[in-house]
Amino acid sequence: MSSEPLQVSDATFEEEILKSDIPAMVDFWAAWCGPCRAIAPVVEELARDYQGKVKVAKMNVDENAKTPAKYGIRAIPTLIIFKGGQVMEQITGAVSRSLIENALKKAL
Amino acid sequence: MPAWDYDIIIVGAGPAGLTAGIYAGRARLKTLLLEKLIHGGQVMTTDLVENYPGFPDGVSGFELSDRMRKQAERFGLAFNTGEVLGLEPGPDGHLLRLEGQELRAGAVIIASGAHYRSLGAPGEKELTGKGVSYCATCDGALYRGETIAVVGGGDTALTDTLFLCRFAQKIHLIHRRDAFRGVTFLQEQIFDQEKKGKVEIHWDTVVHEIMGREAVEALELKNVKTGKQERLPVAGVFIFVGITPNTAWLQGRVPLDEWGFVFTGADMATSIPGIFAAGDVRSKLLRQIATAVGDGATAAFAAGEYLAEHRTR
Repeated sequence: MSSEPLQVSDATFEEEILKSDIPAMVDFWAAWCGPCRAIAPVVEELARDYQGKVKVAKMNVDENAKTPAKYGIRAIPTLIIFKGGQVMEQITGAVSRSLIENALKKAL
Repeated sequence: MPAWDYDIIIVGAGPAGLTAGIYAGRARLKTLLLEKLIHGGQVMTTDLVENYPGFPDGVSGFELSDRMRKQAERFGLAFNTGEVLGLEPGPDGHLLRLEGQELRAGAVIIASGAHYRSLGAPGEKELTGKGVSYCATCDGALYRGETIAVVGGGDTALTDTLFLCRFAQKIHLIHRRDAFRGVTFLQEQIFDQEKKGKVEIHWDTVVHEIMGREAVEALELKNVKTGKQERLPVAGVFIFVGITPNTAWLQGRVPLDEWGFVFTGADMATSIPGIFAAGDVRSKLLRQIATAVGDGATAAFAAGEYLAEHRTR
């Protein structure tokens, strides 16, 4: 398993995230969104630190419209933590690492 | 030896704080920069900065602040994440209270900036993140091909309306006055978009209510001259009606103006010895990156002078 965040798309979302056997966290982002770029290093750190425990993934909302619409995402960055195909937590905006980590620990 | 942890503690890592950090670092003052979230401040949410000198083709807000951060690091500035909850000024150093931690500094530079102001309209708070947005570069692309509204008439409202033209099918620009405050260069581009039918301007109009159950569905508008109300269906509304300073932690400690901005002299000093302020948090005429970096440089220099005087006393 890679320690880099996994890139997911509308096509792979169900297989990779909803059917994941470990909890998954998806970072919905876009290239021109400053706050998204600001939290990107935190997401990468978490992918390394939680390797094997949480599947950390990224979805570009510019290239994928279906999944963000399905989850009613109207603001980015948005992080959604999934467990067994269900939404455990939804975090919007650039937030601190500790806030994301607390949410991850709850899902474990 | 002074009884403090740092010569200077800078609060806030926007352009003012980062510039103060560069100058303090080069002066070899032991300096810590505290940031509650992520470096960059409001600049982070700017798609393209076009008025900061040295970048003829513009520069993204992210890149500009990232470059400033790297430059400050190069000169030895220490960074820490943490929100300052309180400030206790003292004659021999100032105490900064953080969650689970207290730090003492010989001098403090307040560069905590400002954040967007909300309209205060019914529905606004409930629908934030569900169609109500304060960040066009963050949320703009989620409104591809849709009809949206922008509220405001200053530089930010006009810049972000032009940015949103890339995504939205149609933008209703709602302004409470009969003329924009934003610079002429931006107004010209807005009027171009109006001619193309992309932007429709609603003058003398305020948002009376933001409506929607799960997400924004419509705005109830009110014309301030005629009193006429109108319901406008939109998928989202972007609000850019000015900023409000991040100074709640300074109440009763440092003199603030009627809007909560910090009073300083031309040397960025507040009336409390050893406490300085720089950038958008300061009571001043023009809040721009270009003026913030000037403030930051001056504040670091003045803080250095203050410390030198204090030590030899």
